Amino acid sequence: MKKKWVLIGLLLVFLFTFPLYSTNYLLHIGIITLMFAFASQAWNIISGYSGQFSFGHAAFFGVGAYTSTVLLVEYNVNPWIGMFIGAIIAAAIAFVLGFLTFRYKLKGAYFSLTTLAFAEILRVFVKNTDFFRKTMGIMIPLDINPFWYQFQTRVGYYYTILILTIIITVIVYLISRSRLGFNLIAIRENEDAAQSLGVRTFKNKMIAITLSGGLTAFAGTFYAQYLLFVKPETVFASDISVSILMPAIVGGVGTVAGPIVGSFIVTPLGELTSQMFSNLAGTNLIAYGVIIIIIILFMPEGVVGRYHDWVNRRKKGNKETQEQKESVTS
Amino acid sequence: MSLWLFIQSLIDGLLMGGIYSIMAIGLTLIFGVMGIINFAQGALMMLGMYVTYWAFTLAGIDPYLSLPLSAIALFILGALIQKGVLERVMDAPDHNILLITFGIMMIIENTALVLFSPDFRSITVPWLSETIKMGDYVVSKPKLIAFFISMSVALLLYWFLQKSYLGKAIRGTANNKIGAALVGIKSKRINYITFGLGAAIAAIAGSLMTPIISISPSIGHTFILKTFVVVVLGGLGNVLGAFVGGLIIGVSEALAGAAFSGTLNELVIYVIFVLILIFRPKGIFGGGS
Repeated sequence: MKKKWVLIGLLLVFLFTFPLYSTNYLLHIGIITLMFAFASQAWNIISGYSGQFSFGHAAFFGVGAYTSTVLLVEYNVNPWIGMFIGAIIAAAIAFVLGFLTFRYKLKGAYFSLTTLAFAEILRVFVKNTDFFRKTMGIMIPLDINPFWYQFQTRVGYYYTILILTIIITVIVYLISRSRLGFNLIAIRENEDAAQSLGVRTFKNKMIAITLSGGLTAFAGTFYAQYLLFVKPETVFASDISVSILMPAIVGGVGTVAGPIVGSFIVTPLGELTSQMFSNLAGTNLIAYGVIIIIIILFMPEGVVGRYHDWVNRRKKGNKETQEQKESVTS
Repeated sequence: MSLWLFIQSLIDGLLMGGIYSIMAIGLTLIFGVMGIINFAQGALMMLGMYVTYWAFTLAGIDPYLSLPLSAIALFILGALIQKGVLERVMDAPDHNILLITFGIMMIIENTALVLFSPDFRSITVPWLSETIKMGDYVVSKPKLIAFFISMSVALLLYWFLQKSYLGKAIRGTANNKIGAALVGIKSKRINYITFGLGAAIAAIAGSLMTPIISISPSIGHTFILKTFVVVVLGGLGNVLGAFVGGLIIGVSEALAGAAFSGTLNELVIYVIFVLILIFRPKGIFGGGS
């Protein structure tokens, strides 16, 4: 137990001092890594804990990006406020999506494809609406001022997303130890059994998807402010959905540390492959596809899940050997 | 919308609907037998398109002659995917299988992207370019041929599943896996054949569409969603439902295309999807085989 806190402390020291000794490019990778760790942590709530796999979290990401941007450009609303409005709208959309699918207990593939379709609906809608400037996208005018969510260097963005990621990780940690968390895990393991034991499955799943959708929107706003540009083909693209689900799957679905550990493994890998073959689009997604298959075939519980298993087994093993020794001496 | 436009769109939609029907039959067949929603179905269809495209562009082979070629190639690939990857996770939780097929889709789609570039490509076959006039209405040749071949494939498949020994074995496995195994049906082999068959049907649909539309590596993506809507409309695992659902979606899409401008008509499919989810989530005919 103590070792865990030392590990977390060391990780935090490393993350907070990272900008001191990293290059500008490394810092960019750090930012993207943390951003997808954040979004994957949000994804983890509905997909990891309650086992309803969303393939369309780009919907909420895109809503976050577009809401704050439109509010800023059209109505001069501060993005720091805009991001909360984006989260509320994304949460509302998630609520509708959850209502449509969970009402009839649609799960598994039904749910996954419905989320995918929802992201697609939003993409086509935004792409065809004059108000959102169609396929051209929206530029955010340059106005470097932290008060307006724009920073001089990448360091500011880095600390912003780092703090956001720490906050969401604490939230997920608290959920995982709360009644809601236990209910969600019960639903994941056996929904009918959970319901017969008095877990209100519909209500719990609705809470989870609404939270998950709303929180994902914060990553969208961050992305918009980081690039100062939003476009339907980038923020609503299925690539975003994939980048959001990858870290949790690699790190371990339904674990607090999974999405973070996973993002540090998989996001830099994706960035590097697309950087290495920069003239060929799609190489990072080939790598992601191969990683998904390898992980599911050989390590479906993910890196963190495998580590937990290993620790548990060792503890059990120690106990057994101790008992054996005791039985021998007595 | 004038009556002429209405009927013209109805004809076009019905013809395209035939292709959607067989796409959906492929997806629903795999689901019915193995309980897998194959995300890669659209990507396999896209590969079928490229087989026909390259056969025509490089060797001048007529699209309908390369049809068996693309079907056989994809049958083998499908069986290999089942044997190499999916077979190992048949007992895993649903979402893991879904993720695997999702991963396969990503690999196929993006490998095609790297190899063939994201450019849209199309072929012009001289003897197909003229249209057939039926009174006031115009019918495009490749669409008409595609419709007839799709119907033949659907009928052939129906006959195969109902009458042949192998088809009965497939249906038996779909009904009761353990029971089928007990009477000596090799369920592993049935799975290879089913997945291969699903892939081959997707390839046929792809080859039939190559002379009609422009193809690109990401085209499977839109088709898998469309196909899924068709399958949900007909009821998951229901072959007849998939057939009728395909025709309905084809017609609705064509009518929407006539009524709305721009790419907004793409939304119609999804609106139908949401309506199904609200009113008939088990499909118009209910699930089952």
